[in-house]
Amino acid sequence: MRIADKGHIDRSRPVTFCFDGQSYQGFAGDTLASALLANGVNLIGRSFKYHRPRGVLTAGSEEPNALVTVGDDPNLRATTLEIYNGLDARSQNAWPSLKRDVMAVNDLISPFLGAGFYYKTFMWPKAFWETVYEPIIRRAAGLGALTGKANADDYEKAFAFCDVLVIGAGPAGLMAALTAAQAGADVILADENPTTGGRLLSEDEVIDGQPASDWAAEVTAKLTAMKNVRIMTRTTVTGAYDQGTYGALERVGQHMPPRADTPRECFWRIAAKHSILCAGALERPIAFPNNDRPGIMMASAVRSYLNRYGVAPGQSVAVFGNNDDAHRTARDLEAAGVNVTAVIDTRSNVDYDGNARSYSAGRIVATTGRHALESITIEHAGGTRTIRTDCLAMSGGWNPTVHLTCHMNGRPQWSENISSFVPTPDAVPGMVVAGACNGSFTTTACLTEGASVASALLGAEPAQVPDGDDTPYDITPFWAVEGKGRKWLDFQNDVHVKDIKLAAQENFRSVEHMKRYTTQGMATDQGKSSNVAALAILADATGRGIPETGTTTFRPPYVPVSIAAMGAGAQGHGFAPKRLTTSHAASVARNAPMIEAGLWYRPSYFPQPNEATWLDSCNREVAMVRNAVGVCDVTTLGKIDVQGPDAAAFLDFAYANTFSTLKVGKVRYGLMLREDGHVMDDGTTARLSETQFVMTTTTAAAGNVMKHLEFVRQALRPDLDVQVISVTEQWAQFAVAGPKSRDLLNTLLETPIDNETLPYMGCAEAVIGGIAGRIFRISFSGEHAYEVAVPARYGASLFNILNAQAEAMGGGPYGMEALNVLRIEKGFITHAEIHGRTTAFDIGMDRMIIRKKDCIGQTAAARPGLIDESREQLVGLMSVDPAEKLSGGGHIFEDGAEAISANDQGYVTSVCWSPSLNGHIGLGFLTGGRARHGEVVKMVDHVRGVTTRCTVCDPVMFDSEGGRLRG
Amino acid sequence: MRITCPHCGERDRREFTYQGDALALNRPAPDAGEGAWDDYLHNRENPAGDTRDLWYHDPCGAWIAVDRNTVTHAITGSTLVTKLTS
Repeated sequence: MRIADKGHIDRSRPVTFCFDGQSYQGFAGDTLASALLANGVNLIGRSFKYHRPRGVLTAGSEEPNALVTVGDDPNLRATTLEIYNGLDARSQNAWPSLKRDVMAVNDLISPFLGAGFYYKTFMWPKAFWETVYEPIIRRAAGLGALTGKANADDYEKAFAFCDVLVIGAGPAGLMAALTAAQAGADVILADENPTTGGRLLSEDEVIDGQPASDWAAEVTAKLTAMKNVRIMTRTTVTGAYDQGTYGALERVGQHMPPRADTPRECFWRIAAKHSILCAGALERPIAFPNNDRPGIMMASAVRSYLNRYGVAPGQSVAVFGNNDDAHRTARDLEAAGVNVTAVIDTRSNVDYDGNARSYSAGRIVATTGRHALESITIEHAGGTRTIRTDCLAMSGGWNPTVHLTCHMNGRPQWSENISSFVPTPDAVPGMVVAGACNGSFTTTACLTEGASVASALLGAEPAQVPDGDDTPYDITPFWAVEGKGRKWLDFQNDVHVKDIKLAAQENFRSVEHMKRYTTQGMATDQGKSSNVAALAILADATGRGIPETGTTTFRPPYVPVSIAAMGAGAQGHGFAPKRLTTSHAASVARNAPMIEAGLWYRPSYFPQPNEATWLDSCNREVAMVRNAVGVCDVTTLGKIDVQGPDAAAFLDFAYANTFSTLKVGKVRYGLMLREDGHVMDDGTTARLSETQFVMTTTTAAAGNVMKHLEFVRQALRPDLDVQVISVTEQWAQFAVAGPKSRDLLNTLLETPIDNETLPYMGCAEAVIGGIAGRIFRISFSGEHAYEVAVPARYGASLFNILNAQAEAMGGGPYGMEALNVLRIEKGFITHAEIHGRTTAFDIGMDRMIIRKKDCIGQTAAARPGLIDESREQLVGLMSVDPAEKLSGGGHIFEDGAEAISANDQGYVTSVCWSPSLNGHIGLGFLTGGRARHGEVVKMVDHVRGVTTRCTVCDPVMFDSEGGRLRG
Repeated sequence: MRITCPHCGERDRREFTYQGDALALNRPAPDAGEGAWDDYLHNRENPAGDTRDLWYHDPCGAWIAVDRNTVTHAITGSTLVTKLTS
């Protein structure tokens, strides 16, 4: 029901929205909760476990009951969800409808469903838990459901920096921000509401002679005009982390129809030199029988709906409380012309000063009404009385919102003054606390503290403090009414007083144990409105005081944060950066499927129209390289330029083998070890001059090798005058491989080459197609081959020219599949073989380690265990029956031995169909393998169910003399 | 988490790669013996309190020894390793 002339909603802008398929009207400025209450809709959801009808309890983000689904987003709080034209919200956890929910039967059998019932009831038979019990329980209990589809909505993440982060824009926050801003600090003022003002928007009070909300608007306007202030509304600070870092969730587009240019939410990381927590306080309920009926809500929420949204949440309202603040609700309602049926105060001899009847020493002992509150029964000093009422406002006192002060292990302290927990000072480094969050509950105290705390923090003048309300807060703790019936504490997880007592009785006396046994505080609201009352009841049941009982640990996030917001931008291709070679477009144009190689994308193969499978293309490309010429982009291999007078000495130290003896114009294969003696990487390094080398690394290890070389240079050999820099992206490099490779290159080179001018493992500067570049005679295919490098901007052009020439000679481009086959046939290793657990000895290269000099890994590589003949050694494998495949990851056993781990003799690392050898071949590691060439072994892949007999051979299976290389 | 790179100033942790204890700077001589090499390669303290470890600042290539506290997570210093080794 709307009240004329009340609230900050914009009555000139009506808004039409839907709830459970029914169309309603509200106004701009309404939340879904306020608009539904204005339309007389009280029943909004069903509870988690017992499917009890539930309505709105609060007017903020702490709401446990009124959760709805919008689009694909479940569990949105109706109390913070702003309405817009076209909003289509649905209730949750009810079937077939909110009013007739089949699972409400759970409520009838509730005596059997108390705390711990899962653990006690579903013990036997054990196998039933996963297959029968859990699926049924999960279907019956729960909140909103996920669609199971990928989230198509946009989310964003962002970073911000400031001197002072003010959390909460109520009276304390506004004064703190103003003080800090006037002192010249960079200020971020964050508040989860769409407008600043905090509680001032919900109260009917006066600051400096004007309505408090007008004062808040005035200060906000002043702050907005200042260049050093950034006001972030709809932004909840969700967590406090190390070094003054705060997480914050901004609801960017949730209050409007989805738009392509607007993300739903943005997750902020804010780095602040200081923060001032002005998060206010949350009102807590009182536990009494059936205190969960729709229509029973927090007294402060009733004032919010009345004063902020102009809505009376009922025709006739009763008020139940244990503190003076509760009376304010009755006064505001009466002033607005709403019928107040009773003011029930748990304290003795406290009278309400308005028109409604006052009941002191009062208790509510019963309520009725299935889908909405109909009556309450009051026990009071003068007897028992039942009155009809459709709304009850309750107040058990206020709890300071201490959560963020606990995120770094801080524990709040009990304050007798306000019967609640207040923050421990300095619980979060750099954070100070002001206002209601600090237990200062009058408006004047909030205004004063906000200014003084900011002033002390920055050593600056406090902003001038205005006159505000100074009515003291008086409370006598009252947690639960004694007597029959379920008295709810955690509305979202359906935990009531008896559950807590049962936990205590069954010796779950620690507050952390009680929490887990009862699930108190474990729902999406994290028990914001119920934790303090629950532990007061636990304290009582265990005969301890509240401070002694302690609190559970508050952890981030303060409000639920969508995973989509935290991971914003990291879906699909956003997950990792893409590195594309200069030949990428040409490869894609030739229909090559691109596969990931680290961050790079490389062509898998280049299909021809007549080819049915990848293997057809691969076989053709292998034959092309072996018989004519092939072109392959090898830019992705790491290229590191090493320069300086001590460049050669540096390489001698970084590589296991020697480079100082390498002549200018020559290339050498290098093996790099880790300090623990295992192989790190391999590649070729060319000497361009006395003081300049260019090193290549594998694609996968390029970054690691660069990092390692910098470590060697800076940390281990600062005595050497040498510089290293990655030039991977500066040079486009192409392998030209095959018997016709030299003929092809000579069509492009300014100065043609022959076997004398550029022999095997030679290198030279060269002009290629008119461009100054480099040419290396090296081979990863076993063929007479070259790699040519040009500055990256000429890469695309050179790739096309090379291919055109190759195709004229019966060749063409080849991809990763063919490259892999060519190198397996030749026994060349990749990171499939040097996978981090293999040594130079294992791959048959231990003689490369030069003992005369000190180098990385030399000492450790000589350990007896790393050069033991019984180690698994690199071998080649060929299937005995050419029709039988080898299997990567398969294990090797003696022929005839049972394929069990006790008999394991090694494993297979690389496999392929070899068109050159006309059989299935592979590389692998076999115990004592170098001495076992010719032996027939059995390869078993238990995962794929493959068993293949194969012959052990030298890893170099094709052209073992190497004659083709030197041709 | 933010670390100060002596070259580039205070930067986000995402720009750095963690390596391990700064003990890695004290490489033994080849003939230092098995014990010294075992300690260098494998044995590390796990302190509750002050520690110094090595981080690589990927954008500028600097190796940095960072002093931090494993209990409070406070970062109290960062030094180029070249200042410590040369």
